[in-house]
Amino acid sequence: MSPRRSLIGIADLSRDDITRLLDLGERFAEVMGRDVKKVPTLRGRTIINLFFESSTRTATSFELAGKRLSADVINVKASGSSVEKGETLKDTVLTLGAYQPDVLVVRHAAAGAVAAAARYTDAAVVNAGDGKHEHPTQALLDLYTMRKAMGRLEGLHVAFVGDVLHSRVARSGAIALQTMGATVSFIAPPTLLPRGSAEGLGVYASHDIADIADADVVYALRMQHERMGSGGFVPSLREYATQYGIGHHRLRPGQRVMHAGPMNRGVEITDQLADDPTALVTAQVEGGMVVRMAVLYDLLSDPRAVRSADVVTEMVAA
Amino acid sequence: MTRNNVLVQRPGPPASLVIRNARLLDPDAGIDTVGDLVIRDGRLGGVANGLPELDGAGLLVVPGFVDPHVHLRTPGREDTEDIASGSRAAAAGGYVAIAAMPNTDPPVDDAQDLAALRDLAAEQAIVGVGFICAITKGQKGTELTEAAELAELGAVALSDDGHPVSNAAVFRRALQYQRLAKLPLTLHEEDVDLSAGGAMHEGAVSARLGVGGIPAVSESVAVARDVALASYEGARIHICHVSARETVEEVRLGKARGVQVTAEVSPHHLLLVDEDCEDLDAATRKMNPPLRGTADREALLSALIEGTLDCIATDHAPHGASEKEQPFEDAPFGVTGLETAFASLYTHLVLPGKLPLEVLVRRMSADAARVLDLPVPTLIEGAPANLAVLDLDARWVVGADEFQSKSRNSAFLGAELAGQVRLTIAGGQVAWQR
Repeated sequence: MSPRRSLIGIADLSRDDITRLLDLGERFAEVMGRDVKKVPTLRGRTIINLFFESSTRTATSFELAGKRLSADVINVKASGSSVEKGETLKDTVLTLGAYQPDVLVVRHAAAGAVAAAARYTDAAVVNAGDGKHEHPTQALLDLYTMRKAMGRLEGLHVAFVGDVLHSRVARSGAIALQTMGATVSFIAPPTLLPRGSAEGLGVYASHDIADIADADVVYALRMQHERMGSGGFVPSLREYATQYGIGHHRLRPGQRVMHAGPMNRGVEITDQLADDPTALVTAQVEGGMVVRMAVLYDLLSDPRAVRSADVVTEMVAA
Repeated sequence: MTRNNVLVQRPGPPASLVIRNARLLDPDAGIDTVGDLVIRDGRLGGVANGLPELDGAGLLVVPGFVDPHVHLRTPGREDTEDIASGSRAAAAGGYVAIAAMPNTDPPVDDAQDLAALRDLAAEQAIVGVGFICAITKGQKGTELTEAAELAELGAVALSDDGHPVSNAAVFRRALQYQRLAKLPLTLHEEDVDLSAGGAMHEGAVSARLGVGGIPAVSESVAVARDVALASYEGARIHICHVSARETVEEVRLGKARGVQVTAEVSPHHLLLVDEDCEDLDAATRKMNPPLRGTADREALLSALIEGTLDCIATDHAPHGASEKEQPFEDAPFGVTGLETAFASLYTHLVLPGKLPLEVLVRRMSADAARVLDLPVPTLIEGAPANLAVLDLDARWVVGADEFQSKSRNSAFLGAELAGQVRLTIAGGQVAWQR
C-alpha cells in the first residue's frame, strides 16, 4: 500500500543514501544562512506531523523544515485530538489520509507504531521516534553534526553513555554510524545495557566508564524516567551521576560531547560541560532542521534526480 | 486413568462409510497398512456392504488430533471466537477433541460457569470440547477454586493460564488439593516481574529492534519452581507451550528425577524465531511466550522427538483485527493455530526429513490426549470413530479460502503449505469434509 518511499528505520538507508542526505542538508544549511530562509521547493505539498507522544525539538524541527520548503504543514497532537477520545492509530491515519498528505511524520510511544501506521496510508511515512525502537532523523542529524565537527565519519569512534536500554537515539545512531564505517560503543550501567547489544548491533558493550577514553565523540544519553515504570534500574540518580555522569573530569582534550536533549543537567551531563562552547548540543538542534528538510525533499523527489546536488541548487535558485 | 465424561459434543447422526485403499497409520497402536477402513454407526469395523465409499487412494488416515490448549473466547469475546467457530476450526485442522482455557471474561471458576459452557457446547460443538477451569478464583492467584466439585461436573483440568499463580504458597496448596480433585494442573509458566514490559524474546534481535524483551529465564525459573514443588508434593503438572531451551532442560531434569511432569510445544515455536519479527507485525508475530532464538527452536524439536516434550498444542488464541492492528508493543499476545498445525509441521519438519511422520501423528493425537487423561483416538477396530483423512500432496495457501475461525491472526497467513484435511470424524460424527 506504500508506493512511495518511507523512512521507518535507519537500516533502510545505504551508505550512499546517508551521504546524499547529509550533503543535501549542507546545501540547505547554506540557504538558511541567507536573509530569506524560505525556498519554494515543496510548494503545494502537504505534510502532516502526527505526534502521539510529546516532543519539543523534533516537532518544531519537522514543522519548520516543512515550512522552509514551502509545504503546507499540519500538526496533530494526541492531546486534544480524537486520539484522546479512544480513536485507534489505524483510524487516525485513515482519517488524515483523506486529506491526501504527501508525507506523514509519526511519533508514538510504542515500538512498531510507525510500521503499523505505514500499512494504512499511501503517503510517505517518516518515523519521528517510536518507543525504544528507532529515531532515524535523529541519527541523521547526529551524523551531520559529527561530520561537520570532526570532518569525517569513517573511522570515527562514538561512545553512547548511559540509559541505552530505553534509547532509540543510541539504537538508530549505532546502526547509522556503523553503516558509515564508524565504531560504536555502548557504555552503560549493567541494568541499562540491553542483553544482546553486542551481538544484535555489532557494538562494543561495556559497563566501565573508563572505556570512553578511546572515543572521539562521547554521546551522553538522557535518563528516561518516563520509560522506567516502577524504576529501580539504578539505586539513585546521585549514584548514577557519580558513576556515569559526563563532565570535564572524564574527558581528554579533543573529545567532543553530544546530547539529544532534553538534558538532565547534573545527572548525565554536568552543567559546566553542557554550557561549554565545544559541546555540540546546539549544533545538533541546528542540524536537525536542515537534515529534516533534506529527508522531506528527498522523499518527495525523484531519487535518481536528487543524486545530483545540482538539482537542489537549481531549485534553491528558482 | 482416562476420563470419559469431560468432552462435550453436539449430538448428531453417526457416520457410516468405507474408506477404500488408504494408508492407515496409527503409530500408537502399531498400525501402518494400506487397506479399507469401515466406519459403521460411528464405530470402526463391521461389514462394508451398502456403505457409501470414499476412494482413499493416495490419502492418509490417522487418529484424530487432540489439542490440550485452545482459547474459545467464550464467554466474553464471542466476536473473536465462539464454541461453534472454534470447534469448526478444530475440525478443519483434523482435531477431534480440544480443551478450552478458562481465561475468558469472566474466567471459568465455578460450577455455574462450567455447567453453562458444557450446555452451550452440547448445542454448538462439532468436535469434543473439554473445559479447563481456573486454579484460583477469578484467576487472581489467591483463593483456590472448588476443584472437587468442578471435577465431578466434568472439568478437564485446572489452569490459570495467562495469569500464572505467582504466590508459591498458594500454588503449593493447589498441588496438595490435587490429591482430592485429581485434576491435571496445566501451567503457563512465567515470572511476570522478569517479563514485565516485554513484547518479544530478549536477545540480539530485541536489542537491535528496541522492543522490550521477555527473557528466556522468565519461563524457566517458573518451571524450576513448579517442578520442585510438584516433586515435593508428589503432584502432577503439565507445562504449557515450552519456548526456551532452558525450560526444556528443567523439564528433562524433572522427568529424570521421576517428577510427574509433562509438557507441550506449539507449532509456531517449532517453526519460527525472533528474527521473523523484524517487520513488527503483531497479528502474525506477537505471542506469549514469544518466538525465541534458533538454538531454542532446535532444542524444542529434539526434545519433541525424544519425548521430553510430550505433545503439540496450538495455544489457538484468536484476536480481533483492530486489536492486532495496533503497534507491536500495544497489541495483545497470541496467534491462531488449529487450522494450520498439521500442515505447517508436515510441510516444514516432516517433508525436509527433520521429524518422522509417525512421531508427529503421535504427538498430535495419542500423546496429547494422555497429558489430560482424555480418551486416546485410535484406528483399532471397535473404537469410536475419531480420525482425520489427510491428503499429503494437496497444497494450499493459508487464509486464501478464509478461516473457519472468526479470527485471522495466523502466524502462517499467506504461506503455502502441503497437507490438507479432507475429512474429520469426531465422536463418530462427520465434523469436516472437503
